[in-house]
Amino acid sequence: MRDAFINALTELAEKDKDIVLLTGDLGFGVFEEFENRFPDQYFNVGVAEQNMIGLATGLSLEGKKVIAYSIGNFASLRCLEQIRNDASYHDTNITIVASGGGFSYGSLGMSHHTTEDIAILRAIPNMTVVAPCTKNDAMEATKELINRKGVGYLRLDKTAAEETSADPFIIGKSRIFRDGTDLTLIATGGILEEAILAANELKTFDLDIKIIGIHTVKPIDSKEILRSVSDTGGLVVIEEHNKDGGLGSAIAEVCVDNGVLPKKFLRIGLDNTFSSIVGSQHYLREQYKIDHKAIVTSVKKLFNI
Amino acid sequence: MTNLGGSSHIASVLSMADILAVLYGEVLRYKSDNPNWIDRDRFILSKGHAGAGVYAALAESGFFPIEKLKTHYQDGSDLSGHVSHKGVPGVEFSTGSLGHGLPVAAGMALAAKINNKNNRAFVLLGDGECDEGSNWEAVLFAAHNKLDNLVAVIDRNMLQSIYSTEDTLALEPFADKWRAFGWNVIEIDGHDHEKIFDACKLESKVNNKPLCVIASTVKGKNVSFMEGNILWHYRSPQDSEYEAAIKELEGK
Repeated sequence: MRDAFINALTELAEKDKDIVLLTGDLGFGVFEEFENRFPDQYFNVGVAEQNMIGLATGLSLEGKKVIAYSIGNFASLRCLEQIRNDASYHDTNITIVASGGGFSYGSLGMSHHTTEDIAILRAIPNMTVVAPCTKNDAMEATKELINRKGVGYLRLDKTAAEETSADPFIIGKSRIFRDGTDLTLIATGGILEEAILAANELKTFDLDIKIIGIHTVKPIDSKEILRSVSDTGGLVVIEEHNKDGGLGSAIAEVCVDNGVLPKKFLRIGLDNTFSSIVGSQHYLREQYKIDHKAIVTSVKKLFNI
Repeated sequence: MTNLGGSSHIASVLSMADILAVLYGEVLRYKSDNPNWIDRDRFILSKGHAGAGVYAALAESGFFPIEKLKTHYQDGSDLSGHVSHKGVPGVEFSTGSLGHGLPVAAGMALAAKINNKNNRAFVLLGDGECDEGSNWEAVLFAAHNKLDNLVAVIDRNMLQSIYSTEDTLALEPFADKWRAFGWNVIEIDGHDHEKIFDACKLESKVNNKPLCVIASTVKGKNVSFMEGNILWHYRSPQDSEYEAAIKELEGK
């Protein structure tokens, strides 16, 4: 996803001199070409994320389209008040790019596990929160967010689901990866790949599963969520994120607010915990029961299979 | 304004009133009938709790009617206690949480550099807010990127929320710190209009360094019972206190 992001950004910067890329001293081996080609549009601001968002705000208020890049929590939580008071309250055009959603940097430890960012950032007004499910999502999201008003948060995952949806990428619209009638699996981020694997396995139990990839958590695609409830009767939401306040919560809000209650509903995510053990992204998904096997087990339970 | 609104921070306003008067009266380039004039100098009040001072300076400079000041702190007013730009022509940036102004001003100064503009970015900080680490991130950045179009004026009134700055988290040797971070530093009497003018108008583009003006001030300046008294960081002058304060200020 990171390559998709930087390729899209490079393409845009070539035509748009107002684009400025700030990095909090991360992106070794990623930004060299960008820096060489556009030296006036690239600043390594050092390991100083609060200043990075302040600078981004100042630049944006002067007409620049700013991308502020760092690793997950450093780009979001470390500078949260700057995102709220400076970037968001002042209606800036800034795209915060957080590399390493969820357990992408699984072996690096809890400081690098980005597992509460979606809940926290979606609580801030004037934000667009995007966690691409596929590489194509990441590329299109980069292009759209840079030219979209308001503050964008782009959460890049190390893993990505295969691109099997025919739906176009539009901010705020979900994409259907498979139609089905018995249940809908909804996921945000690269963990959509686990939902697809699970749906394949569930076929053997005669379950016809619909799959939705929700790349934009805010603003959320209420229409498709409500349609899926009425078409399939049940929703299972999968996220590589704490359950509190994440995608599952956002979808529950949509259902309750609209008085459309699914007969079956389950949130699969982290159960209010930090991971003190480390491992690859797939290993940690398995450990915390958010992988395809856990999804299959949970869904079977829902259907008393 | 603060009497009608019953607002806090009058002493914080008085310590920087002379600085604002010189900046808005003599130094800053702006057009009050065109607040978004592209070539204006940018001014950010980072010690946002003294926002009443900026509102007054803007009204006096013709950005909006002085009458509007009476709504400060009142139900439904957009003149909030901590300075906010929404609905208030001339306010460049909203603050209130400390340590936010300098990074943003540095971003504005950087944009002017990229765009080959010669306007400057001014930011007025409180000394107490220099406890915030975010300021020092920006101090490093501004020097490294040679932002000689950036001016940080520090209202050095020596008092913060409970004790003096030196009894809370010592800042001294304060000027040396800024110098060591690569800034030009000028130390002045922050109530001497000529000195303020000279320091701020001075072509700061010496050695390609950003400029820090440390302005020695007295919190609650010109009201004898407020001067140097931390109580007036919080208290709003009412009745006889208000009358006494006005009498002293008008006498100056």
